[in-house]
Amino acid sequence: MNIDLHEKRIPIIKIGNFLIVSIQVDMHDKLAIQLQSQILEEIEKTGAKGVLIDISVLEMVDSFIGRMLSGMATMASIMDASVVIVGMQPAVAITLVELGLEMPGVDTALNMEKGMEMLEKRLKDDDYKLY
Amino acid sequence: MLQLTTDSNWTELGKYIIKTEHDIVQVRQLIRVHAKEMNMGIIDQTRVTTAVSELLRNMYNYGGGGEVLVETGVVDDKNALIITCADEGSGIEDLDLAMSDGYTSGMGMGYGLPGAKRLVDRFEIKSEKNIGTTVRVMKWR
Ligand SMILES: Nc1ncnc2c1ncn2[C@@H]1O[C@H](COP(=O)(O)OP(=O)(O)OP(=O)(O)O)[C@@H](O)[C@H]1O
Ligand SMILES: [Mg+2]
Repeated sequence: MNIDLHEKRIPIIKIGNFLIVSIQVDMHDKLAIQLQSQILEEIEKTGAKGVLIDISVLEMVDSFIGRMLSGMATMASIMDASVVIVGMQPAVAITLVELGLEMPGVDTALNMEKGMEMLEKRLKDDDYKLY
Repeated sequence: MLQLTTDSNWTELGKYIIKTEHDIVQVRQLIRVHAKEMNMGIIDQTRVTTAVSELLRNMYNYGGGGEVLVETGVVDDKNALIITCADEGSGIEDLDLAMSDGYTSGMGMGYGLPGAKRLVDRFEIKSEKNIGTTVRVMKWR
């Protein structure tokens, strides 16, 4: 296990092929943007194939944070990495739908374990495609 | 600032200023506290907090900041949490357009206003070019 802890507010941890990010604070806009570029830089630096973003602590996702998450998923996929959002609270999910926000390219999983399985399965499927 | 009609029976719960991005985070958290104190369920707390977050960001982006008044009162026989956001920014020229899904004059997605309206029980907006914008949302308890 290779742990890469950053000094910044939101740590990014690398385990195997994957990055794990746990958002623990209600983010203001600049922090959200900073996290987005931090994650993309980390994908580039480490060649990670997947990113798990735990938002189980977030009590609210508005259009700005939603846009940050889906933008990140799009950019990550260009860099050949998939993003899975983990642990979204039911109230947050309902509110996002009512807000009208669709987050294209963003996959969600109930918990870290399920999210990890999703990424591993995708990595395997990609391997087959090579042959 | 543009005024909306009020009711003398409403009680003020708080008044906040939006000047910075940090104020947006702080005030939306306070809105949740008010919603909680009114015994709203978790989904309604999240709805009203998210709606107000959209309004605060608009106020910050287009209005140069502004003022948030939180009140409670009886409206149409219902106990309501009432939040009024007022700014003295550029104002909105075409309200119908601004209220439609997907319209943005900037780099947003244009879901802030119409989305906020869907998340609350009552939505009022008044805007005048170069005078400002006042938006009021209510959530029943
Ligand atoms: N307080 C305001 N003062 C002046 N113009 C405003 C204000 N609020 C909204 N507008 C105008 O209405 C448009 C629509 O607002 P809305 O919140 O729906 O979308 P957005 O802010 O552009 O994008 P999003 O909220 O999805 O990030 C804005 O692009 C802006 O032109
Ligand atoms: Mg907006």
